[in-house]
Amino acid sequence: MALVKQQGGFIILLTFVIALALMMIPIPEWAEASRPQWLIMVVIYWCLALPNRVGVIVAWLTGLVLDVATGSLLGQNAIGFAIIAFLVLKLHLRIRLFPQWQQALSILILVALYQIIMLWAKGFTGQSSQTWAYWLASITSMLLWPFVFTVLRGVRRFYRVR
Amino acid sequence: MGILSIALMVADHRQHHIETIRSIISVVVYPIQYLVNLPIAATEWMGDSLSSRETLREENERLRMQHLLFKAQLQKLASLKVENIRLRELMQSSKKVGENVLIAELLAVDLDPFSRQIVINKGANDNIYMGQPVLDAEGIMGQIVHVGPFSSTAMLLTDSNHAIPVLVNRNGLRAIVVGTGAPDQLDIPYLPNSADITVGDLLTSSSLGGRFPPDYPVARIIGINFDPTQPYATVTAEPIALLERSQEVLLVWPAEKIATTEDEDRNAANKPDLKNNVTNAP
Repeated sequence: MALVKQQGGFIILLTFVIALALMMIPIPEWAEASRPQWLIMVVIYWCLALPNRVGVIVAWLTGLVLDVATGSLLGQNAIGFAIIAFLVLKLHLRIRLFPQWQQALSILILVALYQIIMLWAKGFTGQSSQTWAYWLASITSMLLWPFVFTVLRGVRRFYRVR
Repeated sequence: MGILSIALMVADHRQHHIETIRSIISVVVYPIQYLVNLPIAATEWMGDSLSSRETLREENERLRMQHLLFKAQLQKLASLKVENIRLRELMQSSKKVGENVLIAELLAVDLDPFSRQIVINKGANDNIYMGQPVLDAEGIMGQIVHVGPFSSTAMLLTDSNHAIPVLVNRNGLRAIVVGTGAPDQLDIPYLPNSADITVGDLLTSSSLGGRFPPDYPVARIIGINFDPTQPYATVTAEPIALLERSQEVLLVWPAEKIATTEDEDRNAANKPDLKNNVTNAP
């Protein structure tokens, strides 16, 4: 079996940058809690599609950048991203075969787990002033997953990222 | 990986040794923040350049009037300031007056929706330091918590991790104003039921913590609930500064800090001179 040459690293980086920008774009106050977790969704996608390229370490570094961008505790998002990436790498063969609605459900569980880790880190530093609205982000992420998945798959096929 | 992140989190929470890592990563993040801010800045610029002559004239007129008013007040202030210094000399107290300020712009980026923080477009290159007070035209907004080379993050008064020592302007009663995490509500804990405080009282900074300059407006009392069964009264206040609306913020160097920064400047001659980019407050 011939070794497949890696290409398109720049495209992967670009999708990360766009997702990070989407995490920072100002939206009205009432919608802020329900902002989808774009960055973790993009990380999950690349872990599913190219588990040999995007793994725990890339996810950890991405999380670290998100920590700085959102002004949260350094390492908080990093550990969340790393754990989610680890789980996705374990399950990627299974999740890939799911129909899209079932995939979206697994995204709901993964993002909710990520939010639990964030809540735990916040609780430790005494910032937990959470309401039920906190969990809206998981639901919007689930609803937007088919969209994110289709777009990223298109991008991956068009630029032949592998 | 997990151990590393937990170590990072503990180190970041307990002490601020790893601020350097944060400031290095913030250099990578800044271009993205700048890009996100760009469309908003562009629409604002368009609005400015397309506004009609009539509105500009009206605004000019209004600003001119305001300027005149402020100038008249300033005349009085100058003489009062001199008198104040003279009286203080008589009393041999050593309160310093005079602070330097710098204007910075807000970057329109959203941070963690459950903490109250803002990003501004000035950083270590402009001599911004950790814990520096941030003001707007109305009053104190908060303080700097992370400094990067080109941008920095400020925590607002309303963040649930923020507290500021204040005085009740009417009678000098000392108190602490604590953020609640809600955008327009502050708490004043540990005030006894017998405290002399009423709705509408102005709270000004007391500089007791040594971090904020004294006598700037901070908050106004909006609600008091004396419950005899509770040890302390429940007092709530609203911030004076327009925390959610300000476009520009003022960064203040308190009087003692100016002396130390100038010393540092003399040591590191390649740093930009503080006086060049800082306008002296009246």
